Amino acid sequence: MYRSHVLVCGGTGCTSSHSPEIIEALNAQLKEKGLESEVQVVRTGCFGLCSLGPIMIVYPEGCFYSQVKVDDVPEIVEEHLLKGRIVRRLLYSETAQAEEIKPLNETNFYKKQHRVALRNCGVIDPENIDEYIGADGYQALAKCLTELTPEEVVKIVSDSGLRGRGGGGFPTGRKWSFTAANKADQKYVVCNADEGDPGAFMDRSVLEGDPHCIVEAMAICGYATGATEGYVYVRAEYPIAVERLQKAIKDARAYGLLGKNIFNSGFDFDLHVRLGAGAFVCGEETALMTSIEGNRGEPRPRPPYPAVKGLFGKPTTENNVETFANIPQIILNGPAFFNTIGTETSKGTKVFALGGKITNTGLVEIPMGTTLREIVEDIGGGIPNGKKFKAAQTGGPSGGCIPAEYLDTPMDYDSLLKIGAMVGSGGLIIMDETSCMVDIAKFFLKFTVDESCGKCTPCRVGTRRLLELLEKITDGNGTMEDLDTMEALCYYIKDNSLCGLGQTAPNPVLSSYRHFKDEYIAHVKDKKCPAGACKNLTQIVIDAEKCKGCTACERKCPVGAISGTVRNPHVIDQSKCIKCGACIETCRFGAISRK
Amino acid sequence: MKSVEELLAIKNKVKGQMSVRSENEEGNVRVLVGMATCGIAAGARPVLNALVEEVAKRGLNNIYIAQTGCIGVCQYEPIVEVLEPGKEKVTYCKMTPEKAVRVVTDHLVNGQPVAEYTIGAATK
Repeated sequence: MYRSHVLVCGGTGCTSSHSPEIIEALNAQLKEKGLESEVQVVRTGCFGLCSLGPIMIVYPEGCFYSQVKVDDVPEIVEEHLLKGRIVRRLLYSETAQAEEIKPLNETNFYKKQHRVALRNCGVIDPENIDEYIGADGYQALAKCLTELTPEEVVKIVSDSGLRGRGGGGFPTGRKWSFTAANKADQKYVVCNADEGDPGAFMDRSVLEGDPHCIVEAMAICGYATGATEGYVYVRAEYPIAVERLQKAIKDARAYGLLGKNIFNSGFDFDLHVRLGAGAFVCGEETALMTSIEGNRGEPRPRPPYPAVKGLFGKPTTENNVETFANIPQIILNGPAFFNTIGTETSKGTKVFALGGKITNTGLVEIPMGTTLREIVEDIGGGIPNGKKFKAAQTGGPSGGCIPAEYLDTPMDYDSLLKIGAMVGSGGLIIMDETSCMVDIAKFFLKFTVDESCGKCTPCRVGTRRLLELLEKITDGNGTMEDLDTMEALCYYIKDNSLCGLGQTAPNPVLSSYRHFKDEYIAHVKDKKCPAGACKNLTQIVIDAEKCKGCTACERKCPVGAISGTVRNPHVIDQSKCIKCGACIETCRFGAISRK
Repeated sequence: MKSVEELLAIKNKVKGQMSVRSENEEGNVRVLVGMATCGIAAGARPVLNALVEEVAKRGLNNIYIAQTGCIGVCQYEPIVEVLEPGKEKVTYCKMTPEKAVRVVTDHLVNGQPVAEYTIGAATK
């Protein structure tokens, strides 16, 4: 029995800030002090507050240590684990304000969250199947196989109101019932873990923090739809997720939770992992299946839908990681547990990867219908550096932006569609007043141009032409006619592309044009970038009244564009200036600014 | 594994070991072991471990066991305090692993503080 558990985050974020070395140092120190049989060190999945990593939680006290360094380990072991004295300087500042330590779930970041899909992330050791079982793991599978018929399982999922979390929002129960209704000698279950949106890492965190729940959910789906084999398609860029998933499958097989005749029910199910080479288009369901089959990842026309003719031409159910992650909880606790969370048409919770200009970067899971304002101001801790919120981009390159006037919009499928955005897969990028919306649209479009597979012309050529138009505008050469052409081209690409990639690629342009039209016009008519982000439309100037002639900027300028004499105002040669902004940061008198 | 019973057996075994990881809830009984230098020198660590093990063995899940600093009466270490919501604090002194086991059985399970181990009895 261990009297104290030390949980160290082993997600990708904290791993890259050296959490494995911290674990190593902890184990060495514990051994040195003879505490190894009293204190257990557990490498968990993501806690969510990635901006404060590496994160460590010490139980029973529930102390949340943030930004821990390897050098802090001896102090933690000596003071806290040996003598019971909490190392206050390392505590997450919000928990350490009073004499008594504030419990983590009462802090602003965690208070409004509701963890269903992420319930085991940061709680259990993802590489230990026993810990998953200790947290009610595989109970849902056991219940399905021993107490429920496949039809009853589909009904529970339907009644829960769960909708696809990959972005589409299609009712999961309906999807399962389609595959179940088709007769075939072989059916498949596919898990889409090809998370490709820039800034999104929900699926990665689930796979890293709780891989067994995906294994369990896929087996349940197999039972409900009559499939005996499953594939998880995961990006090769997620090495930790792949490793843990493979270990989870191996351990589940060893326990007989995968394989033949599971729980003596006569049901067989096995899982395979396929690695994607990082092509964004492979997140589209038909392209993904083509890729699993060993072919070049290109989409195919629908219908026939995967439920009729999917992987290897057989009926297939394909769901996203987060969708699957909800399934065991729904089966165990019943549909009412799930459909009482959220809004009328969007049930349950949604995981968002919060990034961009926000204080608390990380992973949050909130009930559907939580407003954007609550996410940004309460959970996210607001915009850093005293800047103002400008917009949030949901759904990455397929989604749209939500401007400040819609901050009180509930985050659910239908409310977001109404304002031209979407829930999407869960990427949520926050932008402040220094972000130029035209520039952001250009960024996402550049991404889709790179990632277009080239099979259909509207997407291959259309997105390229659209990008050229945006470049023309941000370079200051755009005309008002270009804006009309741009809008018309957007609709053309949407209507005529073969798959979801092309059909949604113009969304960032359309939604930013809808909400920030004057910003586009300013680029075209006034040749100005109001946010000061488009380099070709801004000038860096020195205010002659404020300049003291200290020469600091002149020495800092990497291209020698600043000239002047001591104690006299300096000037910038605009033909030489590369607009790097180094001089702005150097000036102690606030005399230099972008115009 | 072929039966649900086997699955439940693993679950029950592991669940107890993982209960340390839950947040301390209001209404829990708090057991604090003095673990400053004086406490450690007097043998507080075996006492703490005995408490943890006995509580886990009996499957008591509303008990929070943690370390605390020096209470100020170092001559009576190892000291264990039991704080039950709505009741007077009970302070045990000069504890040993054997005494700790009895505190768990008599006090935490049956609600009868062990008067002879308390600091009141020791200072008489």
